[in-house]
Amino acid sequence: MSEIALETRPDPLAGTDKSEQGDVRTEEMLVNMGPQHPATHGVLRIVLRTDGELVLEAVPHIGYLHRCAEKIGENLAPYQYIPYTDRMDYLAGMNNNQAFAIAIERLAGVEVPLRAQYIRVMFAELNRIASHLVAFGTYGLDMGAFTPFLYAFREREMILDLFESACGARLTYSYITIGGVTDDLPDRFLEVLDEFMDYFEPKIDEYNQLLSFNQIFVKRTADVGVISAEDAVRWALTGPVLRASGVNWDLRKSTPYEIYDRFDFDIPIGLPGGSEGVPRAVVVGDSWNRHIVKVWEMRQSCRIIRQAMEQMPEGPHIAAKTKNLKLPDDEIYIEIENPRGQLGFYVRGDGTQIPSRVKVRGPSFCNISVLNHIGSGCLLADIPAIVGSIDIVMGECDR
Amino acid sequence: MTQLSVPWRPRAKQQHGPMAALVAGFAKALYATFAPLVRAFPGPLLIGAIVTVIVGVWANYLVFEFVDTALVAADTNVVAETGLFGGLLAITEVRAGLIAAGVPGAGTLCYLLYPLQYGLVRDVIGAGGLLGFISVIPLYVIWWERKVAGRIQSRTGPMRVGGWHGWSQSMADGIKLICKEDLCPADADRPLFKLAPYLAFVPAILAFFALPFGTYWVFREVDVALVFILAMLGIEVLGVILAGWASNNKWSVYGAMREACQMVSYEIPMGMALLIPIMAVGTLSLTELGDTQSGGWTSWIVFRNPFTFVAAIAYYIASLANCKRAPFDLPESESELVAGFHTEYSGFRWSLFFFGEYAAMFVVSGLCVILFFGAWYSPLPMSLAESWGLGDSLIARAIKGLLFAGPLWFVGKCVFLLYVQIWIRWTLPRIRIDQVLYACIQVLLPLMMVVLMGHTLYELFVPTHGLVWSIFNIILSLIGAVAVLGMIFIATYGFWNRVGLVGSLGVETLPGS
Repeated sequence: MSEIALETRPDPLAGTDKSEQGDVRTEEMLVNMGPQHPATHGVLRIVLRTDGELVLEAVPHIGYLHRCAEKIGENLAPYQYIPYTDRMDYLAGMNNNQAFAIAIERLAGVEVPLRAQYIRVMFAELNRIASHLVAFGTYGLDMGAFTPFLYAFREREMILDLFESACGARLTYSYITIGGVTDDLPDRFLEVLDEFMDYFEPKIDEYNQLLSFNQIFVKRTADVGVISAEDAVRWALTGPVLRASGVNWDLRKSTPYEIYDRFDFDIPIGLPGGSEGVPRAVVVGDSWNRHIVKVWEMRQSCRIIRQAMEQMPEGPHIAAKTKNLKLPDDEIYIEIENPRGQLGFYVRGDGTQIPSRVKVRGPSFCNISVLNHIGSGCLLADIPAIVGSIDIVMGECDR
Repeated sequence: MTQLSVPWRPRAKQQHGPMAALVAGFAKALYATFAPLVRAFPGPLLIGAIVTVIVGVWANYLVFEFVDTALVAADTNVVAETGLFGGLLAITEVRAGLIAAGVPGAGTLCYLLYPLQYGLVRDVIGAGGLLGFISVIPLYVIWWERKVAGRIQSRTGPMRVGGWHGWSQSMADGIKLICKEDLCPADADRPLFKLAPYLAFVPAILAFFALPFGTYWVFREVDVALVFILAMLGIEVLGVILAGWASNNKWSVYGAMREACQMVSYEIPMGMALLIPIMAVGTLSLTELGDTQSGGWTSWIVFRNPFTFVAAIAYYIASLANCKRAPFDLPESESELVAGFHTEYSGFRWSLFFFGEYAAMFVVSGLCVILFFGAWYSPLPMSLAESWGLGDSLIARAIKGLLFAGPLWFVGKCVFLLYVQIWIRWTLPRIRIDQVLYACIQVLLPLMMVVLMGHTLYELFVPTHGLVWSIFNIILSLIGAVAVLGMIFIATYGFWNRVGLVGSLGVETLPGS
């Protein structure tokens, strides 16, 4: 263990005189959390320097799930690369497909039919709900509450059933593809979706009663791992983590892609304690706010889906020419709002079908970088609370 | 630096000893014999098994009680001992008593009972019965916990093993655990590592030996039974700390240290909460404490005055911490410490921790029932039974045992409190170690000091059965009755309307609906 080079950071106990700490001579302990650990949401490895239960330093180590995803993109035609994108963030496959599809469409100048755009938005928002459900459920699990996890997965299962009816896959969809979506909506899809929305929306209140406003849960998460708005911007945090710090920034509103400008929805941001029923101990930018922003976003996604269902036009579901696209000798970088934050795709064409460079900006990768900043000086039990609230997916972090 | 240490030394070939072959053969034979039967008659077999266990475990008690009754009926000079295993019965006196009671074939019966006149024989039989009971309790509580957890989480829990709702799932798990390899990490402190599970398991069982299940239904009548049981529960903590330390795993050390922290914080308020019923009754003997609560549910100590009411709640919270149950399951919190102190354990030793934990859960629930919730008495007052004039026949005793007082009531109340523990575990998140310390030392401890002082003054200055005393007693009794009845009503309502309560899509997907 001694070989591991730790970034030197100020010691929280530096100011205190060691002789004042009592008769017992204590030592710091280096603990390895992960890569096989239930609270690290995959294969994240955190090296903790601890003094008893106090964490002095929490250094994330990544790369255990590296699968050369970007390099593969430089060897395949874009439509062949679509299945690789949903294996990055496997909890939000639709959003990842969408990001890459938009990048190629803008680069190659493909016109996407309106119906396809509506279907895409609808599925992206459904997948956002599914992804936030996992985040919500596993966060309860990190806190030792087992039951919300099962409730979240019960509802997620219904969303997966809907996805399965549309594209046949339950996790790695490759449904949103270049130029539209692979298949049109199946029969009665909108009716079933409507039934699901009626069922799901009241459940959000149930989640809040069960977990979010539970006194013990609030005590565990309020004022834990606080990120100020300036820090959030400085560390390039995006998504719910950024918004929980009180920064009103969502790409769906600020630079609308696809047809997001046609919908009426709000951007939930982190609130200080005492306002609008928020528990008093809560601070803007703490773990509780990062959790509740996701729950509130589920409700906004429901609003978007309902509007998309109403406005759903007829027409083709995919553009005429989507395969064998010649990519121009040009480059493009686009970002979309993934459930976890801003997912960016940089693609450079060189006149052939195969891109010469593919680069991904993953939200989990950027968000996890703040762990040591907020994780040092907290208690050991707060580390799962912080990691869970940042809501990382290691598949996308390591790529 | 030293050479790279391998966590477990690789083995060339798995060695199956004769013991493993024997166990495997036994399991196979058991399966071949019983599996077809269980498949054919699941329901009757389950009920039959439960009845057999109850009868088998308590048969010796029944025999002794019968003998004692005969003796009393014959009005011999032998005093029926309070503890059934306490006194030595001379066989001639038993014979005289039985003949006087007009029991046919008394002579032959006496020769059959001949070994029982030795205290050692009675103790061995009693201990065997008690061990059987203790072994059955965790098996069924674990199965039941999984079923309750399943219901709470809208799934079914175990459904396969045994046929009817997976009733023998825990037994199958137990056989599997016994057959698993007993691993000991290479760098662990071997003797301590092997000792620790027993230190966690044996005290929990020893606690049962002083725990009365009824007025005479106790293995050893101890004058200071409460102190003895608390001491045993304290030793159990040592086993946990030892396990964490001996595993030589940093996460296990965390679990052990948390357990130590938690113990010093909850033991004091727990002890103070227990002082209050002792002060109210004036004895440390659990049998006497239980017997003062025979006058129906209004005489239960929990409803005696506001201080005992608070003490009961405080004791229950502290007892959750004692058993390492959620929200105080920090020593083994799987999402932080993986599994804490028992991370490195496997197979039989691992299962010993669980046996110990569930046995301890039963013991702390039993203490709660005896000290606060009317022990083995039903909510109906015993005076009612006497006013019915039932006499002393076997049927009358059966009616009394079912309706008014008996081990069944004790076990039933314990099971209810166990259910509340399970319910809490699957509902609440876990609290943090500093919050445990804060809650126990800075909230519960001052509260219990105030309550202790208040109860002392109350007992000194408020006349028993006076006006103030009665008003508090009645109000608290009503609160308790309304709480329990309300709970039963809500549970029943929820069960009957479970399809309607989950919403439109839940109908098809909620299991069991």
